[in-house]
Amino acid sequence: MPTTLKYQEKDLKLVGTRPPRPDGVDKVTGRARFGADYNLPGQLIGKVLRSPHAHARIKSIDTAAALALPGVKAVVTRDDFAEMPDEMAAVGELMINFRDVTRNMMAREKALYDGHPVAAVAAVSESVARAALALIRVEYEVLPHVIDVVEAMQPGAPLLHEDQFTVGVKPKPERPSNIAKRLEFGRGDVAAGFAQAEVIVEREFNTKPVHQGYIEPQACLASYSADGQAELWTSTQGHFVFRAQCAKVLQMEVSKIRVTPTEIGGGFGGKNNIYNEALAIALSRKSNRPVKMVMTREEVFRGTGPTPGANVKVKLGCTRDGRITAAQAELNFQAGAFPGSPVNQASMCAFTRYDLANVQVVGNDVTVNRPKVAAYRAPGAPIAVFGVESVVDEMAKKLGIDPIEFRLKNAAKEGTQTYYGPRLGPIGYIQTLEAARAHAHYRAPLGPNQGRGVATGFWFNIGNETTCALNLQEDGTLTLMLGTIDVAGGSRAAMAMMVAEELGIEFERVRPVVGDTAALGFNFLTAGSRSTFASGMASVIAARQVIEKLRARVAKIREVPLEAVAWKDGQARPAEGGGAQFAPMTLAEIAKMAGKTGGTIAGHAEINAQGAGPGFGTHIVDVEVDRETGWIRILRYTVVQDVGKAIHPAYVEGQLQGGAAQGIGWALNEEYFYGDDGVLQNPGFLDYRMPVASDLPYIDTVIVEVPNPNHPYGVRGCGEVPIIAPMAAIANAVENAIGLRLFAQPFSPPRVLKAIEDAAAARD
Amino acid sequence: MSRNHVSTTVNGDRVEFLCETGQTLLEALRDELRLTGTKEGCGTGDCGACSVTVDGRLVCACLMLAVEAEDKAIQTIEGMAAGEALHPLQKKFIEHAALQCGICTPGILIAARALLERNPDPSESEVRYWLAGNLCRCTGYHKIVDAVLDAAREMRGA
Repeated sequence: MPTTLKYQEKDLKLVGTRPPRPDGVDKVTGRARFGADYNLPGQLIGKVLRSPHAHARIKSIDTAAALALPGVKAVVTRDDFAEMPDEMAAVGELMINFRDVTRNMMAREKALYDGHPVAAVAAVSESVARAALALIRVEYEVLPHVIDVVEAMQPGAPLLHEDQFTVGVKPKPERPSNIAKRLEFGRGDVAAGFAQAEVIVEREFNTKPVHQGYIEPQACLASYSADGQAELWTSTQGHFVFRAQCAKVLQMEVSKIRVTPTEIGGGFGGKNNIYNEALAIALSRKSNRPVKMVMTREEVFRGTGPTPGANVKVKLGCTRDGRITAAQAELNFQAGAFPGSPVNQASMCAFTRYDLANVQVVGNDVTVNRPKVAAYRAPGAPIAVFGVESVVDEMAKKLGIDPIEFRLKNAAKEGTQTYYGPRLGPIGYIQTLEAARAHAHYRAPLGPNQGRGVATGFWFNIGNETTCALNLQEDGTLTLMLGTIDVAGGSRAAMAMMVAEELGIEFERVRPVVGDTAALGFNFLTAGSRSTFASGMASVIAARQVIEKLRARVAKIREVPLEAVAWKDGQARPAEGGGAQFAPMTLAEIAKMAGKTGGTIAGHAEINAQGAGPGFGTHIVDVEVDRETGWIRILRYTVVQDVGKAIHPAYVEGQLQGGAAQGIGWALNEEYFYGDDGVLQNPGFLDYRMPVASDLPYIDTVIVEVPNPNHPYGVRGCGEVPIIAPMAAIANAVENAIGLRLFAQPFSPPRVLKAIEDAAAARD
Repeated sequence: MSRNHVSTTVNGDRVEFLCETGQTLLEALRDELRLTGTKEGCGTGDCGACSVTVDGRLVCACLMLAVEAEDKAIQTIEGMAAGEALHPLQKKFIEHAALQCGICTPGILIAARALLERNPDPSESEVRYWLAGNLCRCTGYHKIVDAVLDAAREMRGA
């Protein structure tokens, strides 16, 4: 079967409507089972001992006293895991090195951040496990640490990895560096572009790491059997990828690990990598008992990946009539303790909303003594775009051009050559800008200390490896076995809708479930806004296979040629002009006879989906700034986004609203506080301040649908784009409200107040 | 470690359990009574995922010791629907797409019910401030607020 089904316009009965999600009742009644809701007879509780130091050599680990405590059944340390070779693998939008995976899961030579695991225990109860942790003696040699990205790039900064030499620099550096990698993208000649410019704006921005903030902490349950097989239940964005990672670091065969994904209580990129999973299997192997491991919120903050903090420099040159002549950026991204920040993606996203002749983006991936970063919704893009869209806004104002008009003058469109590779296909960026300009929000009156800001975002979206199986049951209902995790957005509903649309039956007759790793072949993670695109494509392929088999079966039963049988509205009917008449057969009638007429009927797809459609969005925000406290209130927010096709518009709106809310939190309050000792000071929701209901207004959404030609229903994917623009849009709104440009995220009251006071002092 | 015997009422049923002195009501509900509908998001009373009512009062189950539950009337998400009949809030949450991942949903439903028992006709602001103790990272709250207001309307018969 082809791995790309082209878009076909057709009359739709179900796609585009809003049926109730199949996981809805379980989720409102408490029946839905998340990671921590699974238990097995005889299970132990596993807990992790974490480094209290930001950077320390581990001289010795003595576990004897812990093992001697009654009720302790197993302890694992670095000695229980094999050294891994340098080997890169894709996880979501990021690449990981297994040498680092095994070190991040359990420190080896050194502890590289406050919260880095150094040992794990399994005991008969939570309290015994905690008592055991207190008995493990670790001898540390505390080393100087570095957590700031700019400081970490200086020669002479404390080195995390003595054998790390900057990749991407010629000749190869003689000395090791915290700069793991330097990369560069570009086209044209930026020097010539700036020489043509009549106006140049150059600015520098800084952002802090922020956490994905999923409400469900990581949780898993592992059971290793003496025959060498392991079962794992875990909250994950990709059970096949988790299986691969566990198999590698535990040196097990892939097929001997069966991973069942639980309902996932939020991920946003943060559940793309294993943390406790391999430890739980190792503890189970050692204790011969099932082991359950649930992180505390403090562990989530100290031990799991945030998105990087960064230093961003942007320079833009323009003609007086508003045409960009050159664009340049330098992005310095914290990778955390191991290389692999999303600086690559951020570099590609920085300017890809504009049709530019001369571009240069330099990125640095920098290791610092913080938790290794993980993906977070459009990884890296919001950081780069905060800088770029702030500068774009300043430029538009300098030239006296309306900010949407300025963007329209320079907008990317079909055929635009990107500076990182492909030429853009059909995209809806201009349509989102025009819809935003036409929206009543854009013309609504504003009061004193109020301002309006606009910013835009781009994300690639991806396809990748995907499988599914569609089984026709004997009563004419269908089970759709999916291999991609429904991370919350309602992708199960969307896939069932596409299958029901294809078959011409009611939505309720298709039951979508997510299969375990033994039920289907490999699926990549739910990441890159790919599920409804790629799993949707696989589901449509499977549905069309089922239809072909149904037609063939009816041809056989009715003794007519295959061409004489058409499938319409859930029935096999005589094809118009097919030359044969016969009594139509419903899906249920065929299903009932299937066993006796050739066996059960099923479709399946194993694809590597290609042709994901890029997504673009334009955001409008109104803010009011309290000059006495520095508090920014969000008055009104509108998200306009091209999603290709909204299979279930309510769930698409939910993605747009939720992404914008996360972006607003990023902009206004979220940040990590580290002491001089390199220890995280706010590992909890009280002091890591995410948006609550009273912080936000209604978030209006405008769905633009420019179909992706490479999907049967035109789907692009929509989950990531909405988090990209808020930070810049809010900064631009604040500038319009009080004439003050913010260069450092978050725009929390104390920081904004200080910026107001500093600006006043500078004027005096 | 010696354990304490606690006798109490959960969703109208008399129940008994044993707990360590330091265990929370949340741990007792989830680990002893296997009522896993009440969720732990933080363990520090900041996220509201473990919201339950105790003698009608809305509390975070992670902030109350299990031994304090003796002879109380506790309501959890498992007792919200009357058999197969969903509570209007539950129905409206599904209808308005007010849940995504669903981990915060039980706590938000319990908190919203407590609001509507006190104030059957809340304004949008009142809903937002009442629910300010319940974190949701998926939805941006838009559809949650709509669902609560719509359920309130239906329950008032308006």
